Amino acid sequence: MSSVRLLVGTRKGAFVLTADGKRSDWRVEGPFFAGWEVYHLKGSPADPHRIYASQTSSWFGQIVQRSDDGGATWQPVGNRFDYDGEAGTHLWYDGTPHPWEFARVWHFEPSASDPDLVYAGVEDAALFRSRDGGLSWEELSGLRRHRSAPGWQPGAGGMCLHTIVIDPRNANRIYAAISAAGAFRSDDAGETWRPINRGLRSSGIPDPNAEVGHCVHRIAMHPANPDTLFMQKHWDVMRSDDGGEQWREVSGNLPTDFGFPIDVHAHEPQTIFVVPIKSDSEHFPIDGRLQVYRSRTGGDEWEALTDGLPQRNCYVNVLRDAMAVDRLDSCGVYFGTTGGQVYASPDGGDSWKAIVHDLPAVLSVEAQTLA
Amino acid sequence: MIRVVLPAHLRTLARVDGDVLVDVEGDLTQRSLLDALESRFPQLRGTMRDHVTQKRRAYVRFFACGEDLSHERPDAPLPRAIAEGVEPFLVVGAMAGG
Repeated sequence: MSSVRLLVGTRKGAFVLTADGKRSDWRVEGPFFAGWEVYHLKGSPADPHRIYASQTSSWFGQIVQRSDDGGATWQPVGNRFDYDGEAGTHLWYDGTPHPWEFARVWHFEPSASDPDLVYAGVEDAALFRSRDGGLSWEELSGLRRHRSAPGWQPGAGGMCLHTIVIDPRNANRIYAAISAAGAFRSDDAGETWRPINRGLRSSGIPDPNAEVGHCVHRIAMHPANPDTLFMQKHWDVMRSDDGGEQWREVSGNLPTDFGFPIDVHAHEPQTIFVVPIKSDSEHFPIDGRLQVYRSRTGGDEWEALTDGLPQRNCYVNVLRDAMAVDRLDSCGVYFGTTGGQVYASPDGGDSWKAIVHDLPAVLSVEAQTLA
Repeated sequence: MIRVVLPAHLRTLARVDGDVLVDVEGDLTQRSLLDALESRFPQLRGTMRDHVTQKRRAYVRFFACGEDLSHERPDAPLPRAIAEGVEPFLVVGAMAGG
């Protein structure tokens, strides 16, 4: 019987949550790497027993952990992320040049076909690649050397490369998103990059239509429809149908189009999920009511999903990497909150139940569908 | 043998309980001690000092013999009491946060 494994990164460690295909009874294991921030864990699609985890600390820096047995045991692997050549500068919050400095790994994206090939998105924004299962890392510096990079500025959370999406038809096409530089695309396996922000409009920057400078929070793609991208921007939910060449707003009837995560139903490429957050200065749901919004039309028309979610006194946030879907016949949808809850919906968002209530603040959730 | 006291998180990472004993060849300095420590426990590389610059991480301190040695030169000799194994070399995570 199929089963689901959730990989949950939190402010104080990692947790592994497992259930059978019914997804009603969950086993909770952890904390792994207790006391450390675990920004992200992700399993290899080619070998689900292979999992990469970003363990990080302001005190002791970056550790990369790797499991080859589905999260039962872990081994530290390479943690050396050296920028290629002269690191150069980007702009600091005060507008002065600031040297590129590695802080942490925000996101791992394992290859669909090779368990030893994995990409890492880091702060200060750069893309790294490992071909040996995380033992060593090389920067794909064409992104950081883009002519616009000296003008990139960090968002409030740091200048992080937080989203990596690989085209399942063509592994040479890679999308990356950086706060607050925007979205970028490579068509040559990460060697060269160009901004793909046409159609984004951000009132918080001097030129709202600038080539770069947009605070993209998350990009999602359905593997059956890889030219279509969905984006949760700082404000605005956006859509592109041509690989990011042009974006249009699909916020439609959302009560607020600020938010962090966005994800796509496993079997319905036009069904997408967001969690509207009140505003960029009030990072919690409107009126204390936690609501996932679902669009079955790829945007523009949205419905609130509330069954099982707290509808009063709820003031948590849902961070950009903290939503995931499984691939079971009835698609499961999951998200974690800064209040430590992980919610699961085994029926595509119709109803929700908290798997756990009291974890540390959740930074990331990934779902693995196991045979 | 030099006795090193690691903070709890680094003991966990190194998979050791209690103090660590390391053998240092040549002159005993911060650099030679950390080199020996990282050689024995490669997973500690990058956790106390930067991989490239070898600069001490901002929230890590080195104490010994009741003194804060964090700002000593990396190649300055460490106190004789450490070399003789009488006093431990303490790697300390700064007190902060929750």
